[in-house]
Amino acid sequence: MTGDATKTAVEQPLDDPAFEELPDAPPRQRLKLSWAGKISVCIVALWVFIALAGSFIAPYHEAEFIEEDEQGNYYVDPSFLPPSAQTWLGTDYLGRDVFSRILWGARTTLGIAFAATMLAYMTGITLGITAAVAGGWTDMLLSRLDDALLAIPTIMLALIIIAAFGSSIPLLIALAGLVYAAGIFRIARALGQDIMVQDFVEAARARGEGLWWIITREILPNAAMPIATDFGLRLIFIILFISTLSFLGLGVQPPVADWGSMVRENLQGLGNGFSGGAIASLAPAAAIGSLTIAINLIVDDVSAHAGGSLAKKMI
Amino acid sequence: MTALLEVRDLWVSARKDDGSDQPIVKGVSFEVKPSEVVALIGESGSGKTTIALSALAFTKPGLEFTGGEVTLQGTDVLTMPRQEQRKLRGRRVAYLAQSAAATFNPALKIGEQVTESSVLHGILSQEEADRRAESLYRALELPDPERLGRRYPHQVSGGQLQRLMAAMALCGKPNLLVLDEPTTALDVTTQIEVLKAIKEVIREEGSAAIYVTHDLAVVAQIADHIVVLYNGAIQEQGPADQIINRPTHPYTRRLMAAVRPPPAAGEDAETDEPGQQRPPALEAKSISAGYRIASSGKPLALVLRDVNVAVKRGQVVGMIGESGCGKSTLARVFAGLLPAMGGEIALDGQALAPSLKDRSRDELRKVQIIFQMADTALNPRQRVGDIVGRPAQFYLGLKGEAKRKRVAELLQMVELPAAFAYRYPQELSGGQKQRVNLARALAADPDVLLCDEVTSALDTIVGANVIELLKSLRRDLNVSFVFISHDLSTVASFADEIVVLYAGRVVEQGPVNQVLSPPYHPYTRLLITSVPELRVGWLEDSMTTREAAAGIARAVEISAIGCPFSRRCPLSIEGTCDSELPPIRTPSPGHQIACHRSLGEI
Amino acid sequence: MWQLAFRRIAIGFLLVWVVSVLIFAITQILPGDAAEIRLGQDATPESLAALRREMGLDRPAYVQYLVWLERLLSGNLGVSVAGGATITSLIEHRIGNTLFMAGMVSAIAIPISVTIGLLAAMFPGGLIDRIVTAATLGLVAVPDFLVAILLILILSVQLNWLPAVSYLSGTESFWQTLRAMALPIATLVTVVAAQMIRMTRAGVLNVMNSPYIEMAILKGVPRRRIILRHALPNAIGPIVNIIALNLAYLVSGVVVVETIFAYPGLAKLMVDGVQSRDMAVVQACGMIFCTTYIVLILVADIAAILSNPRLRHPK
Repeated sequence: MTGDATKTAVEQPLDDPAFEELPDAPPRQRLKLSWAGKISVCIVALWVFIALAGSFIAPYHEAEFIEEDEQGNYYVDPSFLPPSAQTWLGTDYLGRDVFSRILWGARTTLGIAFAATMLAYMTGITLGITAAVAGGWTDMLLSRLDDALLAIPTIMLALIIIAAFGSSIPLLIALAGLVYAAGIFRIARALGQDIMVQDFVEAARARGEGLWWIITREILPNAAMPIATDFGLRLIFIILFISTLSFLGLGVQPPVADWGSMVRENLQGLGNGFSGGAIASLAPAAAIGSLTIAINLIVDDVSAHAGGSLAKKMI
Repeated sequence: MTALLEVRDLWVSARKDDGSDQPIVKGVSFEVKPSEVVALIGESGSGKTTIALSALAFTKPGLEFTGGEVTLQGTDVLTMPRQEQRKLRGRRVAYLAQSAAATFNPALKIGEQVTESSVLHGILSQEEADRRAESLYRALELPDPERLGRRYPHQVSGGQLQRLMAAMALCGKPNLLVLDEPTTALDVTTQIEVLKAIKEVIREEGSAAIYVTHDLAVVAQIADHIVVLYNGAIQEQGPADQIINRPTHPYTRRLMAAVRPPPAAGEDAETDEPGQQRPPALEAKSISAGYRIASSGKPLALVLRDVNVAVKRGQVVGMIGESGCGKSTLARVFAGLLPAMGGEIALDGQALAPSLKDRSRDELRKVQIIFQMADTALNPRQRVGDIVGRPAQFYLGLKGEAKRKRVAELLQMVELPAAFAYRYPQELSGGQKQRVNLARALAADPDVLLCDEVTSALDTIVGANVIELLKSLRRDLNVSFVFISHDLSTVASFADEIVVLYAGRVVEQGPVNQVLSPPYHPYTRLLITSVPELRVGWLEDSMTTREAAAGIARAVEISAIGCPFSRRCPLSIEGTCDSELPPIRTPSPGHQIACHRSLGEI
Repeated sequence: MWQLAFRRIAIGFLLVWVVSVLIFAITQILPGDAAEIRLGQDATPESLAALRREMGLDRPAYVQYLVWLERLLSGNLGVSVAGGATITSLIEHRIGNTLFMAGMVSAIAIPISVTIGLLAAMFPGGLIDRIVTAATLGLVAVPDFLVAILLILILSVQLNWLPAVSYLSGTESFWQTLRAMALPIATLVTVVAAQMIRMTRAGVLNVMNSPYIEMAILKGVPRRRIILRHALPNAIGPIVNIIALNLAYLVSGVVVVETIFAYPGLAKLMVDGVQSRDMAVVQACGMIFCTTYIVLILVADIAAILSNPRLRHPK
């Protein structure tokens, strides 16, 4: 359809249609996912659904102890029970249902990570674009501050801040938001600077357009695709970051279910092997892995579609 | 005589994502005889480079040979085993790429890269190869041939690298050279030097060559046989003399028609200038400008010094000069994108603020700029209708139906169908994008259009069509133009006045006819003689009549004192030209030449 | 070139200083009155004032910082809250363990990653490349502790080949030490190598796509020479930077691995310090980690400068 339109269009202004300028790049192609990407979308969708509805469909409450089996017999020791029809993934070190806690924990883990990513983005993009557009002293100051933040390994900054202020969910969100805003700032600034020198932005400036128009109409629509890809990667980093802190006992505090803390709490069950306990620690770790790998596969497909140059910027 | 290389019914296809093949080269056949230069000429997308590379049994990634054969001295190179193909490359067939700056490995010394293939293929020992390289440097008139090999690529200039690549290709004494637009990326004055050097060396070495280019005038200088390509298929082929002088195929004729005649003084243009009494539409008064270091605020380099230019109402002022002379900077100063550091800009006789922030919306409306790269000048996320409609809304307050009608009108003005309003820029061809660019500028209903190299990124025919469009717009709209180009022929065909810039200073300006006829500024003369004519044998003729070659190939050196051209000027007076600013001489009213030599001498 | 290198070194020193100010500010100034925290709710104003004077908290912040800096530099770090041992002796005891582990991991991971990355880049789209790409794409998104858990479950619990805990008393033979460290090292190598392979491959491919490599092919240069002589010298800078970048992953990995395997290293000391809110330990360990990190990044930076022919041979 478009092909025909091009042909007739070309013919009109030119006297000899047979030798006209050859057609340029074809219209943009739609994003096509690989089979791995399609499965990944399903996995991520499933986890998002569980994060929203998990607490309603879970057979038990996250803090509920399993005391009796389905026949009503009391367990001598309900901890680290092997998987059964009653507890699909067995019980944890205190005798709570691992399956239910994973469903509950999805909300905590995904919720914190998503909130932190949003926070990091709002801070990073706002400051990054500001630095790129404003230039001069504003840019200098923000960039040097950013360099200093980036010179501290993320985990170290987290440990030091948690040592000083203790750990709570709002602090975790703020912390991850701050730590990862530094990286986003850098990318947003670079993207902004790249786009700022494009001729179409020059044209808008020469026309006398205001800053708001230039940012919202000229820069952001063009930065959207790289930023979307980057969003996926940041989300992975932040999920891993929060889980690692929880795993170290410095993140989400008990009795709230969180995948990272669940791995830590049940580490001692690992020695019992699969017949008891190992699953209590392995299952939440696998849950994290399935989520992050799935996001990564989607990001990979998207950036392959957008061309290699994106992937380079992300590193 | 048997052919050295025979290409028979060659097909090359691009493999698309969905697995289907799209033919890029469609059944091409031609042959190259020993010590013959065959030119493949065509515009972008004609498949000329792909065909040339088939002589090396090589395709760019994503392409593959799907049919035909390429026979070199009796053997088909396409079906050779990989190892044999490798031995063929660099030994029997050598390649010269378009951009030497990108083609030289930045981490290796020049000498190693020049001699590498002949030593690897066992043609020469390292010492022999070094000696041969040195003699080639001499033959190619490269400076300091003894030590050149020990330097790194970033330590020599672009024109020298291009010649070094010729040395690299010739070092192993190949039977066949493949030259892929070896002079296209160079400035006019350098282009001729490189072309001459390459031509002489090819003749001395007696090797055959395939010369790929889009430039007919260049082809006329170097080719024995010409193959004209369009869209992957041969349109016409024959001896150079016949193709140039008696083209038969309509495509070749169009290609020839699109080539501008060499700049020459023609009959006087109409002299009725009713605008004479009124102030010029746009004027630069002793403008100095440069780029600043971000923090310290001091100029890093002055790109323009004391430039005076007046654009009369309804007139076209052509700006000419080599890359780096400051012509694009002047356009940015006019548009207010780069505030001048000294001097004044006047619009309609009224002083204009240096920075666009301080200009009123109406002042901004009157001066519109059109950028060189149509690709990057259009926001890929906006539809053509939005792009063209925005200035109409922004400056003139058009909305809704009125705006839509205006967009359709503007598209019609630039000879595009109204339906294009719903397209995104990437769905257009290069020439169409440049038309949209033009429509956007016209939407502001401007008084002055600043055209910054608007045709240089386009193919010859497409570029010629855009110029025709500009000419008709000028007749219809009474708009003034500042037309910036490095191509003297294009400027000469379109402009009323010419301003010649060198290293940020105006060296000569005046009406076209007077600038293009003696007396000349020595730099203008160099520019004029550097434009190749579409005539076999022009290169040889020009070399004898040209200025002493010695100073020409030197890189542009900008000196703050004296005449900027003094280091390259054959007429330079030692002690005067390099220390004092030249006086302005006025051979006739409105014609100015900045030179120490008297009018009689130049 | 040397000027540039010296500038980098100066910036490195500046960064270390900024980091020390940040750490001091976060741990000492921001959380509030340390004396109040230590004495708790029922402190009398007199005892508070006395402790403040003793701790030097009545002096202005910059004096406190200078005192702190002086003690940090002279190695007089005071006594740990938990054990009563001097912090200097605690650190001395453990820093060697952590360095040994990080060194072992680097010694194994760097050569393996660079080789595999190069192999994958040599034949893009080939069998090796596809396997490597798929495997690393999954591995980079996996949390460190999932790798550790899987290794423990398989190699320690199921097969009983290696110990699951890497406790060192200091009397083990070299062979025993190595056996004890096998699992933590394997975990870290897996995690760090995956990232490094991906980035090396991308870096080399980037060079392989440049026009001068195409020119080398067209000159008939054999593939091996193209990789080693034409591509590698240009890829050294990027590869060194990639290695340095991955040290950040190593820092985070070390923290997790030391915790999971109860390895007596500096990171474990720091995590324990965070849990018991032993500020002096956190400050000292934080400074050591951050300084090491900055120094390593600096070394990489300078190596990249030295390998750049444009800077090595100015016009």
